[in-house]
Amino acid sequence: MAEILVLVDHVDGEVKKVTLELLTAARRLGEPAAVWIGPGADGAKDKLAEYGAAKIYVAADEELTSYVVAPKAALLAQLVADKSPAAVLVSATAEGKEVAGRLAVKTGSGVLTDVVDVAEGAVAEHSIFGGGIIAHAKVKTGTPIVAVRPNSIAPEAAPAAGAEEAVSVTLSDADKAAKITEKVVQEKGERPDLTEAAIVVSGGRGVGGAENFKIIEDLADSLGAAVGASRAATDAGWYPHSFQVGQTGKTVSPQLYIAVGISGAIQHRAGMQTSKTIIAINKDSEAPIFELVDYGVVGDLFQVAPQLTEEINKRR
Amino acid sequence: MNIVVLVKQVPDTESPRKLKSDDSTLDRAAADGVINELDEYAIEEALRIKEAQGGEVTVLTMGPDKATDSIRKALAMGADKAVHLVDEALAGSDALQTSYAIQQALGRTGFDLVVLGSESTDARTGVLAAMLAERLGVPQLSLANKVEIDGSAIKIQRQTDYGFDKVEASLPAVVSVVEKINEPRYPSFKGIMAAKKKPVDTIGIADAGIDAAQVGLANAATEVVDFAEAPPRAQGQIVTDEGDGGAKIAEFLASKKFV
Repeated sequence: MAEILVLVDHVDGEVKKVTLELLTAARRLGEPAAVWIGPGADGAKDKLAEYGAAKIYVAADEELTSYVVAPKAALLAQLVADKSPAAVLVSATAEGKEVAGRLAVKTGSGVLTDVVDVAEGAVAEHSIFGGGIIAHAKVKTGTPIVAVRPNSIAPEAAPAAGAEEAVSVTLSDADKAAKITEKVVQEKGERPDLTEAAIVVSGGRGVGGAENFKIIEDLADSLGAAVGASRAATDAGWYPHSFQVGQTGKTVSPQLYIAVGISGAIQHRAGMQTSKTIIAINKDSEAPIFELVDYGVVGDLFQVAPQLTEEINKRR
Repeated sequence: MNIVVLVKQVPDTESPRKLKSDDSTLDRAAADGVINELDEYAIEEALRIKEAQGGEVTVLTMGPDKATDSIRKALAMGADKAVHLVDEALAGSDALQTSYAIQQALGRTGFDLVVLGSESTDARTGVLAAMLAERLGVPQLSLANKVEIDGSAIKIQRQTDYGFDKVEASLPAVVSVVEKINEPRYPSFKGIMAAKKKPVDTIGIADAGIDAAQVGLANAATEVVDFAEAPPRAQGQIVTDEGDGGAKIAEFLASKKFV
C-alpha cells in the first residue's frame, strides 16, 4: 500500500490533535507515515503509532525550524521524491497551507486547501463561500497535497508499528532566506487553541468593552472552551486580533460554538459556519446569527451569559 | 524602491457567490467585484513603505476586464501605476498556475518588494505568498503584522498562534500582510481624480511571457469534481429570555451531553 505522508503539528513536544485527525484521514488513502520536523520526537512516537503511523520519519535538525516554512517544504519534497507517497496531508493552519504551497511548487503538484473531508482517491471536500456550497475536488497533476481544516475529522486510534527512520535534507540558500530570530510568546493561557478546541465561546459587539470580555472568558472556562471574538470586537481593541473568528481571521469548526453578542454578519459566519452545534445569545431577535443556531436566546447577554456560567458550574 | 502590490478582485461577500454549473469556476458576473479586503492592507503598507523609503508603487492585478474597478481604487489610494494581466487563457487557473503567471508578470515589472494580502476572501487558499517566494527564490516574509526596512535589510513580525516570530531577511522579498498591520486609507477626492490619469498597462499572456499550456482551467493541477449548495441547517429553537435564558441553554447543553 502506498504511503501517505502526514506532517506532524507539534508544540513543546506535544502532538496537536489535528495530527491525529490527519492520521485518521490518511488511513482511508493508504498507509500513514508521520513526518516529524524539529527536536522532541521521542516523547511523541507512541501517540503517532497509536493513531496509525506505520512509519515515523524524524528530521530532528533544529535548523529546519529556524527559518520561515521553506525548510519544511524542502524536507517533504525530498521525501516525496524518495518514498513516492500517494498523497501528502498537512493541517490547514496558516503555516500548514504555506508549507503545502511551497511543496506544490517544488513537486509540480496540485494543492487543495482548507479541506473538510477526504475520501478514497484523495477526493477532497471543501466548504466554501462561508459554508454555502459543498464542493469536491481532486488533484490531476503530481502528488496530491491536501491541507485539512482542524476539527473536521474525528480522530480514531488504530495502532500501527510506528517504525522510526531518521531523515535529513540539505538546505539551499533560498530555503534559509528568512531567518527566525526570536519566537515571542504573547498569549499562553490554560485555554485550548482556538482552531483545535472542541468548544469555542466568542464575544462580539454586544459585549461592549474589553473589561466585559471577562463574561466571555468565565463562560469559556466553565466549559473548558477557547475564547474567540468577532471582528467588531477585535477592531474595537477589546480582544487581540489573533482570536478573531471570521473571514479575515481564523476558521473554526468545533463541536459546540457559542456566539455571545454577535449579530452574525457573513464576515463572522464564514469562520464558524461548519461548527457542529451552534448557540447564540443576542438581544436582537432579527440578528442573522439566529438563522444558524440549534438553540438561541433572545435576551441581554449580561443577564443570560453569567446565568449560563453559573448553571454549568453547578452541574459540574 | 520598486514596490509591487498584488491586488485581486473578489466577489463582494455581501452579494450572492456562486459557482458556474458548466465549468465549476466562480461566477464573476453574479456578484459585485471589490478589492480583496486584505489587499487593502497590502496597498496601505506598500504606500507607507514608499512614503518612508522613496520609490514607486505598482499595482499588479490578474483578472478579467472588470477588475479595472479595483485597480482604479488602488491607484486612487495612492499607487503610482498599474499592470493588468488579462487574458481569456488565464480563466480557471488554480493557485499553482496563478503563482506562475504572477511570477512571469513580475519579470516585466521587476521588484524590490512584492506585497500582498495573506489570503483572499473567495478562494481562501492562503498559499500565494509562499508559492511566489518559492518560485522567485526570495525570502518569504508572510503573515506580517509589522514591517521594518533599513536599507536592504527587512524585518517583520510574523503572526503565530502563540504570538509572533521575529524574522529577518534581505531584499528583494515577498511580504504578505495580516489584517491588523495598519488602517487602510480612504481614497481622497483628489486621489480619485488623479487615478484617472495614472498609467495602466494592460497586458496579455504573450506580453508577460506566460506559456499558455501552463495556465487555464484545462491545464490546472486540480479540478472540481462536483458541487452543490450546502443543505440548510435545521431550524433551531429560539426562545426569548424571561429571566431563565441561561438556565435553558444549560438544559439544552445537558441534553446534548456537553455538560
